[in-house]
Amino acid sequence: MDEKLVRQLQIDAAKVRLGIIEGVHAAKAGHPGGSLSCADLLTYLYTHRMNVDPKKPKDPNRDRLVLSKGHSAPALYATLALRGFFPMEEMKTLRKIGSRLQGHPDIKTPGIDMSTGSLGQGISVACGMALSAKITCDPYKVFAVLGDGEIEEGEVWEAAMFAAHYKLDNLVAVVDNNGLQIDGKVSEVMSPYPIDEKFEAFGWHVININAHDFNEMEKAFNEAETVMQKPTMIVMRSTKGKGVSYMENSVDWHGKAPNDEEYEIAVKEIKAYLAELEA
Amino acid sequence: MEKRATREGYGEGLCALAEVRPDLLVLDADLAAATKTNIFKKKYPEKHYDCGIAEANMMGVAAGIASTGKLVFASSFAMFAAGRAFEIVRNSICYPNLNVKIGATHAGISVGEDGATHQCNEDIALMRAIPNMTVINPADYVEAKAAVLAMADYVGPTYMRFGRLAVPIYNDEATYKFEVGKGITIKDGKDVTIIATGLMVAEAMDAANALHEQGIDARIINIHTIKPIDRDIIVKAAKETGKIITVEEHSVIGGLGSAVGDVVLEECPVPVIKLGVKDVFGHSGSAKDLLKEYGLCAENIVAVTKAALGK
Repeated sequence: MDEKLVRQLQIDAAKVRLGIIEGVHAAKAGHPGGSLSCADLLTYLYTHRMNVDPKKPKDPNRDRLVLSKGHSAPALYATLALRGFFPMEEMKTLRKIGSRLQGHPDIKTPGIDMSTGSLGQGISVACGMALSAKITCDPYKVFAVLGDGEIEEGEVWEAAMFAAHYKLDNLVAVVDNNGLQIDGKVSEVMSPYPIDEKFEAFGWHVININAHDFNEMEKAFNEAETVMQKPTMIVMRSTKGKGVSYMENSVDWHGKAPNDEEYEIAVKEIKAYLAELEA
Repeated sequence: MEKRATREGYGEGLCALAEVRPDLLVLDADLAAATKTNIFKKKYPEKHYDCGIAEANMMGVAAGIASTGKLVFASSFAMFAAGRAFEIVRNSICYPNLNVKIGATHAGISVGEDGATHQCNEDIALMRAIPNMTVINPADYVEAKAAVLAMADYVGPTYMRFGRLAVPIYNDEATYKFEVGKGITIKDGKDVTIIATGLMVAEAMDAANALHEQGIDARIINIHTIKPIDRDIIVKAAKETGKIITVEEHSVIGGLGSAVGDVVLEECPVPVIKLGVKDVFGHSGSAKDLLKEYGLCAENIVAVTKAALGK
């Protein structure tokens, strides 16, 4: 990937992170940690990889994304706003009465392909979309984003079996492996490791990457395109709270909003990084 | 009278539906021979997908397929479709309001010999509590087949309940028309109304004949659509007959009786006596013996009706 493009993705991802902080701060609730850890991924997919058009959010041939880890909705909303599905200003209405930015994704919101939030369910829905495309030879791709804690849900493994059984090579799933869940480290709460070997054993093509390296991301998604007869799982090692110093790798920031002071610090940090990128 | 299970109407109905909806897909969870989707599978192998013994995933897959615009049925036993997969049905199908049809067979205690783990007497209660969900419980083979065919142009999440047991076919396939949400007055009457659903409709009809011989003129109503329920037919019955008896092969908690009771309470309070499974688990036995034991037979409907009328 050329340097200019990487720079643009970094700039866009920083803007998405600002949107996340704006939204969660205004809502006084939400999940900043897991939103920040997948902000780079969603930015990459929606601005660079996926065939989507904000003017035609229900285009039958669009690529689909199911945010199976639905609590990272602020990241998805900020990314969709950046992509032009609705104004970034709307992030301030997150979780408020009358807002279309619900606490967890709602299919009625422009750009949202599936309502999610109850963990483990989105991956099954993504399988259904991918199977449907296969049956009628539709060209679109389906992406699903899961949490590493989320894969403790049994339904995920039912879906893992299904995707391999029906050879859904138009499905690419990603595990956002930030290593933390509500009660602590995933390795201590209920270890899902080794994630890559488990999915491999279930019949998936598995690629390990760094969640904050756009070159690795590009390589992985290019590789996924070449895989036939198998679904692809990208296990991305990420930093929970990425981009806000005091949130990084801290389990406390799974589901808590920053207060005014913390908000100022977060915005200052991201804006400083943004200025550096734009210089 | 010829007898066939409503689940056979389901399988045959799917075949008929495929002719008008070429986009139809049918999912099953390793029970195609029992749910009778194997009738469809034989005719349309390329439209039938087995999901294995994984009902939660199957419901999610159905939601994903529906989101792309295709018509899809997901099949299993009522216990697993409404029970095990409840939360997926709620959050992945009904909340996003996706056009998934759930074909749930082997409902109620008439499952018989398999015993309590497989006798689902709670599915109507579970399914009707979910917003956006339609709940249909056909009474005979003809009605079951027609209900499935009616799904060609009925959009929205729908739970369809079918039985294992062969029951009398009293509708005429040539003339029968299924209308979602419309109750059917099978026999008019002025003394009391018996409202039945599913395979209890035939028992209610037998009960009405016996009651007639004893000088009691009972109205018989078939409620095949439990949600949205036909309020008008219930209110009219309450006003004109003053007493209602509901009969269902389901718990008395949350099923037809509760749905009828809700309407009567709001619009025309009259006594409603609920016949059903009384907050207990079933056990193994033949369907016939079990239905008798739980009072879900014409004899008991007659006895309860007479008692309600003080006769």
